[in-house]
Amino acid sequence: MDVKASDVVIIGAGGAGLRAAIAVAEADPDLSIALTSKVYPMRSHTVAAEGGAAAVIKDNDSLENHFNDTVTGGDWLCDQDAVELFINEAPNELIRMEHWGCPWSREPSGHVAVRPFGGMKVERTWYAADKTGFHMLHTLFQTSLKYPSIERLDEYYATDLIIEDGHCRGVVAIEMRSGQVRVLAANAVIIATGGAGRIFPFTTNGAINTGDGMALAYRAGVPLKDMEFIQYHPTGLPRTGILITEGARGEGGILVDKDGYRYLQDYGLGPPDPWPRKKAMELGPRDRLSQAFWHQQRAGKTIATPDGDVVHLDIRHLGEKKINERLPMVRELASSYMGVDPVHAPIPVQPVVHYMMGGIHTDINAATPLAGLFAAGECACVSINGANRLGSNSLTETLVFGAKAGRGAVDYIRSGGRNGTSTAVEKQAEDARSRIVALFHKTDGKETVTGLRKEMNEIMEWGAGIYRDEASLKETCETIGKLRERYAAVQLEDRSNVYNTDLLQVLELGCMLDVAHAVAHSALNRRESRGSHQRLDMTERDDESSLKHTLTYHGGPDEPRLDYLDVVITKSQPGERVYGGAAS
Amino acid sequence: MSEPVFELEVLRYRPEADEDPVFQAYTVPYNEDWVVLDALNHIKDNIDRTLSFRWSCHMAVCGSCGMMINGEPKLSCHAFLRDYYPDKVRVEPLSNFPIERDLVTVADDFMEKLASVKPYVIAKEDRPVNAGEHLQSPAELKTFKQYTMCINCMLCYAACPQISLAPEFVGPAALALAHRYNLDTRDSGREQRQEIAASNEGVWDCTFVGACSQVCPKSVDPAAAIQQTKIASTVDWYKALLSPWGK
Repeated sequence: MDVKASDVVIIGAGGAGLRAAIAVAEADPDLSIALTSKVYPMRSHTVAAEGGAAAVIKDNDSLENHFNDTVTGGDWLCDQDAVELFINEAPNELIRMEHWGCPWSREPSGHVAVRPFGGMKVERTWYAADKTGFHMLHTLFQTSLKYPSIERLDEYYATDLIIEDGHCRGVVAIEMRSGQVRVLAANAVIIATGGAGRIFPFTTNGAINTGDGMALAYRAGVPLKDMEFIQYHPTGLPRTGILITEGARGEGGILVDKDGYRYLQDYGLGPPDPWPRKKAMELGPRDRLSQAFWHQQRAGKTIATPDGDVVHLDIRHLGEKKINERLPMVRELASSYMGVDPVHAPIPVQPVVHYMMGGIHTDINAATPLAGLFAAGECACVSINGANRLGSNSLTETLVFGAKAGRGAVDYIRSGGRNGTSTAVEKQAEDARSRIVALFHKTDGKETVTGLRKEMNEIMEWGAGIYRDEASLKETCETIGKLRERYAAVQLEDRSNVYNTDLLQVLELGCMLDVAHAVAHSALNRRESRGSHQRLDMTERDDESSLKHTLTYHGGPDEPRLDYLDVVITKSQPGERVYGGAAS
Repeated sequence: MSEPVFELEVLRYRPEADEDPVFQAYTVPYNEDWVVLDALNHIKDNIDRTLSFRWSCHMAVCGSCGMMINGEPKLSCHAFLRDYYPDKVRVEPLSNFPIERDLVTVADDFMEKLASVKPYVIAKEDRPVNAGEHLQSPAELKTFKQYTMCINCMLCYAACPQISLAPEFVGPAALALAHRYNLDTRDSGREQRQEIAASNEGVWDCTFVGACSQVCPKSVDPAAAIQQTKIASTVDWYKALLSPWGK
């Protein structure tokens, strides 16, 4: 089998993967880096992030504020040592992005401008109009071209991690243009593959967000952490799920129900004036806003449309000039995909699956429990996001922990990380290849990708959505379990070797089913309500028994095994999350 | 009454099976909110699992899903069926690129051209992080902001008449990107970039038809970038010519 050896293999070339690659290249230009992704770097989903990236830069703000907003927003499930490290590093990383050419929006003075986001005491979100993720991704990608030691393997799909003697030794990957299965041997591997929003039917996530990297690590015995926490963004466009950035509310947008009433004041987020007020009303945290929609819908106060119930996000009062300057993409997206020009009419929106707080279990240095394996970005769970991520922390997270993962990999190699290939590597790669070959040979499969995916999507939204309970979660666990069994009978219909997207979708579906399984079981066993995990049958937070991280271990064909880990509390004892007027 | 339908003719090419590309006809339900990409996904999910195409974001920012739609380069996630209905559309891979498979093109050449213009800040000296941000006024940002908006969708290469005649031409997106960094107050790398940008394969290969700017979905206007680079290069040339007598 074709073996390509590098010092570091990185799976995923979005914000975290690119940042990791640059960190390795800067730490040691003699180390060879294979930067692999199933798409070209510029297609990675970081590109779709809109509103901004948080870091303390202004005199009216403080690291303490960022710490508290993050920990409170996460409903005290964040590891506070990790948050501390994150908020300290955040300004440096964003300044570095500035040096690399990121076109941050500016104040008249020439300093970078910041805007408020939900759950923030003081505005600290750096932005590049409303295409912040796009600009950060392209800045990172273009900057990565500077380093000769970064070799890109574009459009490679990783199928397996190779493990020998408890060390991660590389990756098996399919080169999509040829169908060739290759071994990418390495002394250290970094996973940076983003989230898995596609396990749900209605999501802001792109087609590529299928949790591949989470599944790779999970199957290799690395636990997934806190998978029950799924963030619904309160403002998605109906049908397409296209995100309307929180920046729209940061600039002063309001949410109203069918009577034109700012209903958030009924959910502990008021009073509505003075407005805008930080941490209040439309600038409350995402979990609370999405939950308020759910209640408003059940009260019959939302607006019925052919694409489901909506509320209105109104930014008309900002005026055309400000909308064009600060929110041009919002205007373009709403006009194109909804036929609504927000300068003249309110935008119909509904909550939409947006982000996974959980992911591959790592320590604060982005290292997983498997020697030589690191993870960063949405696919990882450090955890700085706890039970609900604060808006605009995720872009910064890709940088801070992407860089950590890169430097961690370098340190690991320097400390004598293993080298060379062996028979074990060959054997594992052969096993991986024979599984793919078997898919090509099978002719009697009774299941389709489309059918299984649809059933998975439906049960996840129905049973593990904004609100859950024992019965819905039990049914979700059972259904996903059965879908995993049925997946063995999935039929591959395209037998071509060249850019076979049928094969890719089969493999992605396998990953999504494993991730969905972890989500459902983690949720069933969290017997409380916290942050984005809300149970109708257990409505209170229970710090006594549940102030813990969930660790989910892959159970092969069976149910996953769950374990729990204490949350690191350093200086902020769990308290009540206070928003609205009482927070100021 | 039967449900309205929409017809597509899609170029198919499976290198292991087809000697030449062929068109295949598909019929999908007509939905006035759908874009061509939705129709292709309907085909993929319900009619023909073997049809291959790239896509991800479905919001015109990832740049994956560029195709020729009725002969025009478009993002298929931004080409609404209602703009064509009741006529059928013809969907082909982007022109001026080799076909890898079906609607998937080979992008190697484009990626090399992007890299060739050194699209990153080349600073006079390293600025340490603790020196903080550069100051850059909104007016300074505005001079290059437009050229940062390129999503690398390659539509401009598909539209460019010069690329088809002279494949070595660096092309609109890459030249616009070079111009973007040249205009950035944080950058001092123009001279290095000029080796490529001002070469025969660079701006001077452009015949200024402007097709690139017409098809750009993000209003980057690469033609303007190329024109400005030409002017700047001419000034360079005169400066070089005059410098022995200058001062």
